[in-house]
Amino acid sequence: MNLHVKSEAAATLSRRSLLKAGAGFVLATYVARNGIAYAQDAAAAKSVNIAPNTFLVIGQDDTVTVLCKHIEFGQGPFTGMATLVAEELDADWAQMRADHAPSNPVLYKNLAFGVQGTGGSSAIANSYEQMRKVGAAARAMLVAAAADEWKVPAEEITVEKGIIRHTSSGKQSGFGALAAKAMQQPVPANPPLKDPSAFRLIGKDGAVTRLDSVAKSNGSAEYTLDIKDPGTLTVLVARSPRFGGKVASFDAAAAKAVPGVIDVREVPNGVAVYAEGFWPAKTARDLLKISWDDSKAEMRGTAQLLEEFRARAKKQGALVKQEGDVDAEIAKGGRLIETEFVFPYLAHAPMEPINAFLHWKGDTASARYGSQFPTPDHAVIAQVLGLDIAKVDLKTILAGGSFGRRAQQSTHVALELAQVAKAIGPGRPVKLVWTREDDMRGGYYRPFSLHRMRGVVRDGKIVAWSDTIVGQSIMKGSAFEAMTMKNGLDSTAYEGSNEIPYQVPNFRCDLHQVDVGVPVLWWRSVGHTHTGYAVEAFVDQLLEAAGQDPVEGRLAMMADKPRHAGVLKAVAKLADWKGAKVEAGRARGVAVVESFNTFVAQVVELSMGAEGPVVHKVWCAVDCGVAVNPDIIRAQMEGGIGFALGHILYAQQPLDEGRPVAGNFDSYRSLRINEMPEVEVVIVPSTEKPSGVGEPGVPPLGPAVANAMAKLGLPRPTQLPIRPGDSA
Amino acid sequence: MAAFTLKINGREHQVDVDPGTPLLWAIRDNVGLTGTKYGCGVAQCGACTVYLDGQTVRSCSLPVSAVGKSEVTTIEGLTGKEAVAVQKAWVAHDVPQCGYCQSGQVMSAAALLGLNPKPTDQDIDLAMNGNICRCATYVRIRAAIHSAAKTLEG
Amino acid sequence: MSLVRTGTMALLAGSLVAIAIATYPGLRRADAAPEASRVAGSLKPVADFGGIKDKNERAVALFEEAGKVLQSPRCMNCHPAGDRPTQTDRMIPHQPLVVRGEAGMGAPGGLACTTCHHEANFDAARVPGNPKWQLAPIEMAWQGRSLGQICSQIKDPKLNGGKTMAQLVHHMAEDELVGWGWTPGAGRTPAPGSQKQFGELIKAWADAGAACPKG
Repeated sequence: MNLHVKSEAAATLSRRSLLKAGAGFVLATYVARNGIAYAQDAAAAKSVNIAPNTFLVIGQDDTVTVLCKHIEFGQGPFTGMATLVAEELDADWAQMRADHAPSNPVLYKNLAFGVQGTGGSSAIANSYEQMRKVGAAARAMLVAAAADEWKVPAEEITVEKGIIRHTSSGKQSGFGALAAKAMQQPVPANPPLKDPSAFRLIGKDGAVTRLDSVAKSNGSAEYTLDIKDPGTLTVLVARSPRFGGKVASFDAAAAKAVPGVIDVREVPNGVAVYAEGFWPAKTARDLLKISWDDSKAEMRGTAQLLEEFRARAKKQGALVKQEGDVDAEIAKGGRLIETEFVFPYLAHAPMEPINAFLHWKGDTASARYGSQFPTPDHAVIAQVLGLDIAKVDLKTILAGGSFGRRAQQSTHVALELAQVAKAIGPGRPVKLVWTREDDMRGGYYRPFSLHRMRGVVRDGKIVAWSDTIVGQSIMKGSAFEAMTMKNGLDSTAYEGSNEIPYQVPNFRCDLHQVDVGVPVLWWRSVGHTHTGYAVEAFVDQLLEAAGQDPVEGRLAMMADKPRHAGVLKAVAKLADWKGAKVEAGRARGVAVVESFNTFVAQVVELSMGAEGPVVHKVWCAVDCGVAVNPDIIRAQMEGGIGFALGHILYAQQPLDEGRPVAGNFDSYRSLRINEMPEVEVVIVPSTEKPSGVGEPGVPPLGPAVANAMAKLGLPRPTQLPIRPGDSA
Repeated sequence: MAAFTLKINGREHQVDVDPGTPLLWAIRDNVGLTGTKYGCGVAQCGACTVYLDGQTVRSCSLPVSAVGKSEVTTIEGLTGKEAVAVQKAWVAHDVPQCGYCQSGQVMSAAALLGLNPKPTDQDIDLAMNGNICRCATYVRIRAAIHSAAKTLEG
Repeated sequence: MSLVRTGTMALLAGSLVAIAIATYPGLRRADAAPEASRVAGSLKPVADFGGIKDKNERAVALFEEAGKVLQSPRCMNCHPAGDRPTQTDRMIPHQPLVVRGEAGMGAPGGLACTTCHHEANFDAARVPGNPKWQLAPIEMAWQGRSLGQICSQIKDPKLNGGKTMAQLVHHMAEDELVGWGWTPGAGRTPAPGSQKQFGELIKAWADAGAACPKG
């Protein structure tokens, strides 16, 4: 196995040549499930690739480009992967670069999934050892090359900040000059890794800066919407205003007459307009006259769904977890407290709406866009175009946010992309663009859900806890169903509710898994977006009834949860917690939630303004195991807090007789800078395995706000968002 | 369709578009400058911010027919000491996450410092709240603007 | 066994919610403020008021009719009592946050009106526009005021920008920003009647002695 040498020609290094170079690139076994096929076999799914030639491009100019198997959309894997590699490679940070790896499930699979994809805050967690080994292997190969070149023992060679050196002979070299020779060296099977005490990049504040900041500050970073390959057609699709609706008939005469419009074709998802540029496409789409067949469409509105969910919640659902006997405990007496929490459909609304690019040339095809799950996307494009997957390449590029939206278990965007290409035929590239309204009204929302909570407080203690959840499955019917569903129940609907961090002797969690014809999807922190709120607002309410302090009361029930307790203590210290009491009209609330093996506690300080709660400050403690990039961890906590706050205050996607109502940021209000609280973050030192930070900053914020509001004498909001009437 | 001459970043560009085409799409699709982003199309998010004769405008809410002889500046043509200070501070604070809104943020921040070299937090709120960042990088945007203001003091 | 039920459905919490709603307008449920119809209302012609013998009574009635325009969201949104305009038929706070500033065009260095609003309505972006687009000065605040108070303000030269009654009538009947109220662009309910009718009502009110409604 060899290191790629970046020469002038290597600037145009073909993705396919990389693929060919990778051993085991055999997409022999297609697993077909629900019409979605993607390549994988059991052995390949378990192998761990540490071959530097597939992950690193070392240039003659000494630059080291890490091919990142995760999509970069702000959460920082470019910098994270490069940190891991550079640490073991003993590279200088200034020589590090990053780019996306091409689609290849064998070489670039997420070790947590077995296929290539980003999600579940898993980038650092699943790459920590792998990418360090890649760096260590490359270092060993460079050292071996130097030893060979200089005729000195390898043991006498040192590598420091990108310089390979043999002190006694005075010989030294950068990586670039030796990369060609390093190609000849065997890849060590198990290169030794540094002891953490020797780290100079991992966990060191200020040692690395983001690799993508410059291009993202001067407008040069390229996103899918920016692709302008010659001849590219912009494609807008008119889709049913209701989920499940189909085209009955349409009249495209006026649309076709718009200058710049090339064609209008019916596609499975609606009617596609092909034009030279966005504005002609949008103008023409507005002129289409389409009659929709709603016979199989979801016609219910959210008000009706709420009634149905409430009715279901009166009865116990399928048992998820049970300890002791909740009903017997309720019968014994004590103070029974019952609360309902209702969570709306939420759009992800990433800053860059959904889009994708594909050039079908007949025998081959090239796709390029912010694909978060390249493996299934790749397979579905090949399948629709009737091409062998080896004839199709897919390159992930930067995406303007995701929050889960671009990880499509249904592959619906890849499918639509391939279908619009197929409908017009090979030749000109197509750029499928969703408008903001398409994005907001296009479904794939955080599921609408309801929690009916019951708890008993007796003698100052919480003695019973019951959580009946009504919600929709994200995974049902998807290619990931087998991975994530147990006994027909979707764990993402109850994760966090079934395992609460508190010792309660009588406990029950049950689920009504409801089918609704609205496509739903994971949304930044998935089930924890609602279970975190339900559990943490409710435990606070019970502790209040028990006359206990929100921090002390939680800690007293966390004897066997040291990491939960650790972040809770850390945030109490950071915020100088002296109870949730009100001072000068301000009150504090606290919450602690574990998600994706990362533990986050937050204290919120707020007051009530004329228009609702004003959050002044948030203190945040996070334990994500070994902290690889402290500043990115802080950034993700800050961003997670702002993202969560905007949604719990303002955001919902109501359905009116099945039609999503909110269409843009005027009706789906987003947090703005004047509403952003001050944020202080402490990273709790840990030697546990590193875990992710993209999502876990989100869940505690909502309940901490609710709990602070309660201290001001307001009810904890039982139906989100807190200010639903605020949007236009 | 009609022919328009747009003066963008000091150069003249001929575009042949419908007069009602938002300036944003003429800049992106006809002139080929893609640093200016589409985020909402309804002047809510600020990702499409450019300067028209030095004043910030949302290029999605201005038709090409209304540009006239005004000079358009996009992120690609952004110059001046405020712009340099802002972009340096953006990198020093690692402000961007996904980065998609940041062209607009940088344009608004540089314009703010041009008019108000030492903005308070409230000044920043008033100037920058028209730029939505879904990643909520607001803490760092604020810090970076203060840093840039400091460097401009010299 | 003491049974405390909480939640929006329960009586106790329900009353708390009611208090919260009364205290904090921001906590209204979405369905509490349905979108107003976009069909413009009408104005009675001046002739309809000829039957009112008493001059002052006639003036008051004429002003009350003209008040349908003054108190329409199209006019009220940019005559806020605070620094921030409102928007839409529901008159919710303007998003993004913009303030009057010294010249009624936005804060210095902050968001100027002209960042988004240009010479004309631009329906493609749902953004209204007018060459004179700006906020009324604070002394011309109408929001939260009774029609009688608005009337007194309007005819007081110290509060109306130094206008004589003739200038005021001309302003109402001819000003292009006032006129925008009847051509506000897609998605916005126009002010009732027409600017011509409105101007005639104001002129007739002035001619009748410009008495103001009580209160």
